[in-house]
Amino acid sequence: MTVTNMKHAYWSGVRDALPYIVVVVPFATLFGIVAIDAGLTLAQTLSFSILVIAGASQFAALQLMLENAAISFILAAALAVNLRMAMYSAALAPHLGSAALWQRILIGYLNFDQSYILSVTKYENEPDMLIASKVTYFMGVALTIATFWCLFTYFGVRVGSVIPINLEVSFVLPIAFLSMVAPMIKSPAHIAAAFVSIIIALALAGLPAGSGLLIAAVCAMATGVIVETHLEQKT
Amino acid sequence: MAIGTFAIRYSFLGLIGSRRIPTLIEQMLRYTPVAVLPGMVAPLVLWPTDATNGVTILHLGAAFAALFVAYITRKVIWGMLAGLVVFFSPLIITLL
Repeated sequence: MTVTNMKHAYWSGVRDALPYIVVVVPFATLFGIVAIDAGLTLAQTLSFSILVIAGASQFAALQLMLENAAISFILAAALAVNLRMAMYSAALAPHLGSAALWQRILIGYLNFDQSYILSVTKYENEPDMLIASKVTYFMGVALTIATFWCLFTYFGVRVGSVIPINLEVSFVLPIAFLSMVAPMIKSPAHIAAAFVSIIIALALAGLPAGSGLLIAAVCAMATGVIVETHLEQKT
Repeated sequence: MAIGTFAIRYSFLGLIGSRRIPTLIEQMLRYTPVAVLPGMVAPLVLWPTDATNGVTILHLGAAFAALFVAYITRKVIWGMLAGLVVFFSPLIITLL
């Protein structure tokens, strides 16, 4: 593995991460604004972003803090929102499982929606990638996103008192997730899985945050495999 | 929360390492994104958490625009731009 190739993998990761900055910037800024509004200090808000780096669960935790929920309940809810990342971890394992221990620890820390989605897409499109390139590509994506996430949390904290809170920014999240998932729909099995996911998630929306989604995801994955197997038998 | 989140994210990478995982599990895992994201988005679209009272034509229009454009172009960025333009169209029109 030459240094040039490693650099190439890193920068293609950075380049692929750039479109996601559009989402990360308003979200991190909003988080900074809301956190300061909720009474967190600058240090608390920043360490929240640096240690956790998980948009949705940070907002969930903040919302519960505002409602004066018990700390155990806040923790449980925030972690439930993040449970989907166990699935990401499992999906990355066949690709990155043979990396060194310290690399796997770093990847674990930086394993969030965007880094996972971009990396898995890349690995599936280029099955010949070497493990070292896979790791550097992942780092290129993850470090870019994480840097912007933390920088703009700080920015949000700073401007918090100046700009009036406009909660409509929160709809940027669904728009971003829809744009991410649409290009991944390539077969009837994908469509079936997506539909099952939507229907079950909506039906179980009353359950505590995150748990309904987890059940929906497992059913949807099973659906995907069943439809795929069925279609293969037909042809 | 930081420790818990890390444990979740590291879980399988650390445990499985380079061992092979069963084909069925691997097959299921390939559906993770299409299985997780739609279920996460659907409630957010139908019951938005912003200042407006419930879902509006703007929410639905923006969601559809993002999905449609990203599907046709196969590029995340165009879907996002389409969704954002539709969603903030009243604001954009006012500014023009």
